[in-house]
Amino acid sequence: MTELLTTLITIGAVLGGTLGACSYLIYVERKLSAFMQDRVGPNRVGPYGLFQPLADGLKFLLKEDIIPDHVNKVMFLIAPTISVFTTLLAFSVVPFGDVAQSLDLAGLASLRFIIAPNVDIGIVFIFAITSLAVYGIILGGWASNNKYSALGSLRASAQVVSYEIPLGMSVLGIALMAGTLNLESVLGKQTGSIFDWNIWYQPLACLIFFTAALAESNRMPFDLPECEQELVGGYHTEYSALKFALFFLGEYTHVVTVSFLTAILFLGGWHLPFVAEAASAYPGVMFVKIGVLMLKVFLVIVFIMLLRWTIPRFRFDQLMGLAWKVMIPLSMANVVVVMTVKQFGINQWWLLPISLGLFAAAGAIGVASKQAELNQRSVTTH
Amino acid sequence: MPIDSKDVTWVVEPTIGFWEASFLPAIVAGLRTTISHVTNYKPVTQQYPEEKPELPLHYRGLHRLNKDDQGRVKCVACFMCSTACPANCIDIVAQDTPAEWTDRDKMPKTFVIDELRCIYCGMCEEACPCDAIELTHIYDHTGFTRDDMRFDKIKLLEVFDKTKDNPKDPVRTHRGRLGVASDFAALPTLAPATSVAGNDRAAKAPTAGVIAR
Repeated sequence: MTELLTTLITIGAVLGGTLGACSYLIYVERKLSAFMQDRVGPNRVGPYGLFQPLADGLKFLLKEDIIPDHVNKVMFLIAPTISVFTTLLAFSVVPFGDVAQSLDLAGLASLRFIIAPNVDIGIVFIFAITSLAVYGIILGGWASNNKYSALGSLRASAQVVSYEIPLGMSVLGIALMAGTLNLESVLGKQTGSIFDWNIWYQPLACLIFFTAALAESNRMPFDLPECEQELVGGYHTEYSALKFALFFLGEYTHVVTVSFLTAILFLGGWHLPFVAEAASAYPGVMFVKIGVLMLKVFLVIVFIMLLRWTIPRFRFDQLMGLAWKVMIPLSMANVVVVMTVKQFGINQWWLLPISLGLFAAAGAIGVASKQAELNQRSVTTH
Repeated sequence: MPIDSKDVTWVVEPTIGFWEASFLPAIVAGLRTTISHVTNYKPVTQQYPEEKPELPLHYRGLHRLNKDDQGRVKCVACFMCSTACPANCIDIVAQDTPAEWTDRDKMPKTFVIDELRCIYCGMCEEACPCDAIELTHIYDHTGFTRDDMRFDKIKLLEVFDKTKDNPKDPVRTHRGRLGVASDFAALPTLAPATSVAGNDRAAKAPTAGVIAR
């Protein structure tokens, strides 16, 4: 009974926290993009437009919910729920604090900092569930019975399936180093000192993971599925009101999940030297740890937003080229390097120069192939 | 027309170095630009209903019908404005002036401008021989029906009363008598609407229709 209550309370906290965070992340993004473009941004609802997310939510609730005549109703309704459901479900194995501690609530129950503790296949679970999100996109595009939506969802499926591979491969190195797929243990292994953070050993994997995760969540440099220019609105062209809001929510929740994973897998989770260490035991330390983790997650999210408003969009062949020609070979090489280091018991610090070397080699190959292409073109034109 | 070969500039695709191939310098440079706008935040947005725009002096907005120094409508119902109007939005019905108006024969009985049809080109103002119709700086005139936007003589004269003291909308002539056009000894020569300066590149294209560098 206590266990059930604890789980329900934790689910409630996570759900409320994520959804609230999402709505205010949209506000942060709108303000940030406004600052970058010398605009003011939302400023009408409340001081500095702070109640804008509430007004947006209310608008989404009250707008006319149009279901076009020509759609497949069942699939049309299921698609946005899948999109939100999968991203929220992935959150169940993501720790958002120090899982060794928990907040006691009057002896009846407690608030622990992960919904489902001790899931030994945590990383696999996350990838399995988040890759289901492509069903939401495909169903949405297909059920709309609209060629733009269908094109958008086709692109989306190609993109998401392609980037799934480097995403998984880049984390494989970390799983090998930690010897576990359990996210809590992966986090726990990084809490010794700042030099235990995985980013020192796997900078290349971090870059690949971050890029692939951006592509997975269909964020800006990779927002080919939506691309307003060519496809009207992509797979959610026909969606309105709350169903559109669910798609939007799914995208933002995905961004939050991805940022949590980046912070936990590569940036040491809740660990920060001198402030929140495994041994620190001052009162309220668990809240400080949550705060540190949230700060890291927030910084990652802000970085994602900065990238969104900085980098122009890829062409589709460039997008596929980046996945198949660059990131998949690089992540494979990275896994091989980690395996070699583990197998022969070489000092882990060798991973840092080797990762940078791999990156340099990839860059060199890119330059060489570009030069060859240019030479060939000058031969053919003159 | 084929483009003359001396107008064509051949560009060689720039070679790409190691760092460019890795995309990182471009991303960093882009981030620096966007972040510099955040840290050095100077919004250019004009908060419209609270802040009114500073309009240029030649702005063309709502029309007005001017009055002369005796408070009579200046218009002599010559139909020049409605003839010049490219949108056909001016509708005038003329009538004879009262006997005591010795300086003119006609005045408008009705003078209706359909402000929804008007394209605010200012041709009526240019055509008017007695400076009776002028465009003001009022741009936010609205109505609940289409009929509300058909401004008749009374409304247009009200616009004059409202705007005549605004320094942005000077009454072009204060002469009470009419017939300015007849005062010209010789009519001024017509100039092109937009003159092209001699040093402009549009004035000396090597081949017609091609803009040289």
